[in-house]
Amino acid sequence: MAPSERNLLELTDVTAFYGPVQVLESVSIQVPESGAVGILGANGAGKTTTLRAISGTVRAGGSIVYEGQSIRGFKPEKVASLGIAHVPEGRGTLGNLTVRENLMVGAYLRKDRQQIATDLDYLLELFPNLKARIKSNASALSGGEQQMLAVSRAFMAKPRLLILDEPSLGLAPSTARNVYNAIAQLRKESGIAMLVVEQNANLAFSVVDSVTVLETGRNVLSGTTAELRGNDEIRKAYLGG
Amino acid sequence: MNPFGTFVQLVVDALAQGSLYAALALAIVLVNQATGLVNFAQGGMAVLGSYIGMTIGGLFIPLVGSTAGILIGIIGAVAASLLLGAFVERFVMRRFERAEEDTKVVATIGVLTLIVGLVGLIWGFNSIPYPFFFTSSESIRIGDVSVSVWSIVTFLTIIALMGVLQLLFRGTKMGLGLRAVADNSPSAALSGIRVGGMRMVGWGLAAALGTIAAILLASKSGLAPNNFDGILVYALAAVVIGGLDSPIGAVVAALGITVLESLAAAYIPWIGHDLKVVVPFVLIFVVLIVRPQGLFGRKAVVRV
Repeated sequence: MAPSERNLLELTDVTAFYGPVQVLESVSIQVPESGAVGILGANGAGKTTTLRAISGTVRAGGSIVYEGQSIRGFKPEKVASLGIAHVPEGRGTLGNLTVRENLMVGAYLRKDRQQIATDLDYLLELFPNLKARIKSNASALSGGEQQMLAVSRAFMAKPRLLILDEPSLGLAPSTARNVYNAIAQLRKESGIAMLVVEQNANLAFSVVDSVTVLETGRNVLSGTTAELRGNDEIRKAYLGG
Repeated sequence: MNPFGTFVQLVVDALAQGSLYAALALAIVLVNQATGLVNFAQGGMAVLGSYIGMTIGGLFIPLVGSTAGILIGIIGAVAASLLLGAFVERFVMRRFERAEEDTKVVATIGVLTLIVGLVGLIWGFNSIPYPFFFTSSESIRIGDVSVSVWSIVTFLTIIALMGVLQLLFRGTKMGLGLRAVADNSPSAALSGIRVGGMRMVGWGLAAALGTIAAILLASKSGLAPNNFDGILVYALAAVVIGGLDSPIGAVVAALGITVLESLAAAYIPWIGHDLKVVVPFVLIFVVLIVRPQGLFGRKAVVRV
């Protein structure tokens, strides 16, 4: 894909190290305005690190351009303030805070009180489980509920780009399905651009328009969902035959 | 005086003394919540704050009279310690951000040593009286019980401060940010909360709280650089017993320890005043065996 003016986020030849170990060799990804891109790959391929490079939680080399400006080296709070909401691996829910407080932390940088209340109601409508447990500590929620809370909290930031790190991790298949259905609905109704890391390609394909596959820190395959669904390698490796 | 009167007096005095421990314990919990470490410099910062208050008060008392001068001194001390706490976080602790826990704790001990040395250098090591609104010997009679004014004022002041802190933490946006950082700082940063800024606020608030406690203590027993060394032991005991992550636990434990200690000294002959120091340590011992996370603390739970 050629770089284009309409891309919200462009990663070009991004590198990253954990100590002496190079985790990202050269990763390039483009997320168009209102588009959704999936990152597939095995454990250790560099998926999570790619997301961390974007949100500023690991130091990275190469070029990371968001809305036309380089954000490489920005601190996480600065990246968040530009409209990128990262749901990290392990969900990052604030266990000792209530469900409502977690959602309000999501809206921390916003000043539009009225709209915050509207968005809160919208999410609680979408996730009745959260509504029922609005005053519970987040640590008391089930894994699926915590994931829904994590996604909702990120959504409360009213981001332009939502980056999700394996929302299905550790969830029962039916729960993971529900989470993805909700994410698909959020995308359809809000038009927020998304970058989704996933090991389960079937789930990812239900939300994203295009996919890139990482192996040992490099892109090895990219294409639209329609193209890759028919790809034998993808089918064997990530779609269960 | 009748036995009941003695008992009430003992309990009230113990609650006042205990509320000082509680304030310092609460300051330790505050910093622990914001940064995950135990700040041994807490007492030293409080002592420095109260010296600054005394100096500012000393400058103003000749100009505006003693009551207003003392008040200005206290306000100055609180403002100075807010800045001092934030300064220590920003320019000392921030440098150890990626260091091991033990290294950070040692750094706070270094800060303590530095502050106590500096205070001694500037103001001397001898105990000096702190000018205050009333003397520690004043007392009022309630029925046939005589209670010291200092005890009542100290207890009520600390309780009021705790109420204010509680409001700040539960009812304001800044409080939400502080608690989010305390809970999971990398995750809080992803929501745009400035983790460094929140830590500075946490340290500043803790220092200011400690300073008010130090001034109340100094108004009774004078001001000396090592004023809080003994109290730090009680505060740490309270924190261990109440739970490092529980503000209410720390306060209840601090009050409980002092009341138990004082009653044990008065009513159990073989303990008396010589052995009463042992009481908090026995309590720590028992609590650590029975409930290592503290009476009010939460067990660390890992969910996968």
